[in-house]
Amino acid sequence: MEIINFTPVPAFIGGALIGLSAAFLLLVKGRVAGISGIAGGIILPEKGDVSWRIVFVLGLILGGLIYQYFELGPDVSLIVAQTDKSLLIVAGLLVGVGTTIGTGCTSGHGICGLARRSPRSLVATLTFMSSAAVTVFIVRHLGGA
Amino acid sequence: MISLLAALAAGTLFGLGLAVAGMIDPAKVINFLDPLGTWDPSLAFVMGGGLLVNAIATPLIMRRKTPILAEFFRTPSKQQIDKRLIIGGVLFGAGWGLAGYCPGPMITSLSFANSDIITVVGAYIVGTLIARTLLRAWERDQLTEKQRAERSCIE
Repeated sequence: MEIINFTPVPAFIGGALIGLSAAFLLLVKGRVAGISGIAGGIILPEKGDVSWRIVFVLGLILGGLIYQYFELGPDVSLIVAQTDKSLLIVAGLLVGVGTTIGTGCTSGHGICGLARRSPRSLVATLTFMSSAAVTVFIVRHLGGA
Repeated sequence: MISLLAALAAGTLFGLGLAVAGMIDPAKVINFLDPLGTWDPSLAFVMGGGLLVNAIATPLIMRRKTPILAEFFRTPSKQQIDKRLIIGGVLFGAGWGLAGYCPGPMITSLSFANSDIITVVGAYIVGTLIARTLLRAWERDQLTEKQRAERSCIE
């Protein structure tokens, strides 16, 4: 094991901002800040209640623009995709299908669910974390994919 | 209107947090998921920061009878751990590990969209659409089967 690029301070500050956002959404709208759930409600809407979801998603992008404008961290031009386009398609499909079937992603289960001490979210978080680590191990160390 | 502004503020704060935390860099995410190789433990601190704030704030907020701008809290009430939860987690994890993108960072990355980001977001939308459509049909079937079973009980 070799530890690289460790940035605990911005990571913690960013995490706290995410936590504040989730707490604010719960306090004001009584909603859980699960991104896959919020986005899923736009992609195939239930009746009503779509507008706040669209505005929230636009906010996610606005947050990224504010980060770039005020240069709050490493330049985004340094960010490159880690796989080729065909694997990006497979990955995107898996994330879409998986978060829909499993009713949540890193935010909904990993942050909001664990904070509510939901046993479902604990199991979900352990499952996707393990699955992701196994996938990285296969790709990086067994030379698969 | 105020309610929409609140949603915009929450989304913006969330996106800003993801960017500051470094979650928008898939290399950082994949290195976090690689403790046996080149490990970047930073994302544990993202989760730690988010959990710390939420673990304190959530119980305080839930003491209220209602949210400020809504009639009731819509937190998930389901307790049961079923196959669906596990299968979904395994599939999501595989996709997350493969490219380093989970839904939030993927969407925030549209603020500097290039063809790679558009590809992964497009695939995510298609995947969600397919799964939601199938789930809806399946849930409808479950319902009719249940109704059928009930009917046969009566007969």
